[in-house]
Amino acid sequence: MYKALSGVLGLLMLLSPSSTCAAGTTAEVPAQVWSFKGLFGTFSRPSLQRGYQVYNEVCAGCHGLRLVAYRNLAEIGFSEKQVKKIAASMTVKDGPNDEGEMFERPGRSSDRFVSPFPNKQAARSANNGAYPPDLSLIVKARIGGADYLYSLLTGYKEPKKVTEVPEGMYYNLYYPGQLIAMPSPLSEDGVEYADKTKATVDQMARDVTTFLAWTAEPELESRKRTGVKVLLFLIILTGMLYAVKRKIWANIH
Amino acid sequence: MSKIGSSNPVIKWIDHRLPVFTFMQHELHEYPTPKNLNYFWNFGSLAGIILVTMIVTGIVLSMHYTAHVDYAFDSVERIMRDVNYGWLIRYVHMNGASAFFVVVFIHIFRGLYYGSYKAPRELLWMLGVVILLLMMATAFLGYVLPWGQMSFWGATVITNLFSAIPFVGEPIVTWLWGGFSVDNATLNRFFSLHFLLPFVIVGVVVLHIVALHTHGSNNPVGISIKNNDDQIPFHPYYTIKDLFGLGVFLVVFSWFVFYAPNYLGHPDNYIQADPLQTPPHIVPEWYFLPFYAILRSITFDILFLEAKLLGVIAMFASIAILFILPWLDRSPVRSARFRPVYRQFFWILVIDCVILGIVGANSPDDPVFSGAKWFQYIHLGMISTAYYFFHFLILLPLLSIFEKTNPLPTSINEPVLGGGKATAMAAAKPMEKA
Ligand code: HEC
Ligand code: HEM
Repeated sequence: MYKALSGVLGLLMLLSPSSTCAAGTTAEVPAQVWSFKGLFGTFSRPSLQRGYQVYNEVCAGCHGLRLVAYRNLAEIGFSEKQVKKIAASMTVKDGPNDEGEMFERPGRSSDRFVSPFPNKQAARSANNGAYPPDLSLIVKARIGGADYLYSLLTGYKEPKKVTEVPEGMYYNLYYPGQLIAMPSPLSEDGVEYADKTKATVDQMARDVTTFLAWTAEPELESRKRTGVKVLLFLIILTGMLYAVKRKIWANIH
Repeated sequence: MSKIGSSNPVIKWIDHRLPVFTFMQHELHEYPTPKNLNYFWNFGSLAGIILVTMIVTGIVLSMHYTAHVDYAFDSVERIMRDVNYGWLIRYVHMNGASAFFVVVFIHIFRGLYYGSYKAPRELLWMLGVVILLLMMATAFLGYVLPWGQMSFWGATVITNLFSAIPFVGEPIVTWLWGGFSVDNATLNRFFSLHFLLPFVIVGVVVLHIVALHTHGSNNPVGISIKNNDDQIPFHPYYTIKDLFGLGVFLVVFSWFVFYAPNYLGHPDNYIQADPLQTPPHIVPEWYFLPFYAILRSITFDILFLEAKLLGVIAMFASIAILFILPWLDRSPVRSARFRPVYRQFFWILVIDCVILGIVGANSPDDPVFSGAKWFQYIHLGMISTAYYFFHFLILLPLLSIFEKTNPLPTSINEPVLGGGKATAMAAAKPMEKA
């Protein structure tokens, strides 16, 4: 049975590439190098902090990040004082107070990121009817993940064929259907990085993608660190179990 | 009466009144087992361990989960972000469901190959099929709970299937939903049932194991135990073998949990459910794909029966057929080792099921090969669906009559005495277990 089984597996491996789900007509997303990929991957701290800056100065005008709290920024290397300052610069609606009134107050570290629009309708009406999705989980919510996001942000190319681009739409090589309602958000030197890195479009796209990969999977580093230990432990344990099994079965024929 | 060999007075006192220790000694320690079981016999105990793991992680998840359309998605994200090791618990539960199906599918195909469904194990087999159905229901219900796009639209598509039932279809769907669409009432009852069904599975697994221990395990040569030389006590031989198998399983499983936790999931389920926006492709979880392919393969009406209803019938029939399998295959020889023709068709069936899975993952009207536009997945699906039923309904009964089986060994311990090529092979095989 084992021999036949390996035969079948081999056959299926031949079959499968032609049969994986085709992702539509959009351009293939090229794979990028990321610090957080691989067995020991971690998020590069400087890139995360620059990425936060890009999000804050560029994307936050249209996109929310409602699942992330300001206090979480401490995990990517901001000091407690910086986090407090970032939070306090936002206005949060709270209440009701003792008089039963809703009121506005400066943000606290424990607040979640304040979204730019109070609801979907407001977001749509400010963006020509298109809805800028919340970005907290965007890297997990798209086929291609981080590679896709990077490609999308750098994919505002001239169309190869003459394509009719309607008013309020923009050509993007990697967006499904190639017409997106988001204008190219990144432009050369669009932000002035606190660490003086040159803000090329490529650099900003990489940084903001790294940042959004972190917001989607804040557990990634501890997950991978735990994984290495668990796997090492299990492999050694399994090896020992195999030795014991051999010994116990030695006299059975 | 107590037969326990222990001299511990407390154990003796308890066992005299409630013979749990005698029971464990008998069922786990002395329980006689064929000595030639190969590693395909590891998957039953693996399934049991996964079942327990699912229940434990599930109970912890339910402590933090909120079954409400407005909070479900966020409560799952809270588990991922704010609950201590919540991500680990959720990823184990999520990937555990997939692992459960991998293991049970192998377990079932093991049964098909070695004829474990034949007398006297028909009820054991049928209880297994009941477990499979319950698992599928549980997994479907569970997938709805995070309230992502695939949760919502998958639930909508599957519950809508019941509308195919003539006359009462629509009222049944409304009744299932608890309203006029998949909504809060639906989510609440799905959570309740998802919590309940695993315990029903535990009950059926107990019966499954009672039935197993009544006649003992089948084995790779498929002949019954004749004398003491054929068997060994379960402990320590199979306890250690199962533990080693568990170790191998955990290595693979952990790789998924820690390094590719979302590999088997769909990205759309990280988008909160939106009843106003249909995703471009609604695909079920991978373990439902073969059944989904069968469902979609019936595109024609037969007499007054509509295609949609026929599809639903075909899908349920593909599992129901396993219930009568012991009476479709009347060949007196259990193991495919001694059934040269059945053995070939077994592997064709395996390939057929994988092709059905591939069909289920693709859009019906996409071409299978870019070179031949006229040959679409729907056609491949029809052929492989037809073959699936052909295998069970026509091939197996015919093989039972016409197949010339190879001579069987005289016993598990001394297969060589039977003579012949196949028996020599069977004699060589038991080495595999070491
Ligand atoms: C002027 C407002 C605006 C800004 C600034 C903006 N976006 Fe968008 N974004 C949109 C809109 C509108 C959409 C919806 C597009 C559509 O539906 O066609 C969108 C869609 C997206 C999507 C979803 C694409 C998909 O696959 O569905 C991503 C990812 C995204 N934006 C990332 C970003 C990032 C990262 C930034 C900052 C660098 C940014 N956006 C800045 C308005 C904006
Ligand atoms: C929750 C899922 C299940 C659990 C926990 C479970 C558990 C077990 C265990 C522990 C065994 C003994 C070890 C072994 O032979 O591998 C066993 C045997 C068996 N199971 Fe299952 N099982 C499950 C599902 C199924 C299903 C879905 C089927 C078939 C449709 C099935 C059919 C059988 C048969 C036929 C045997 C006897 C095999 C033999 O002795 O050759 N089981 N099961």
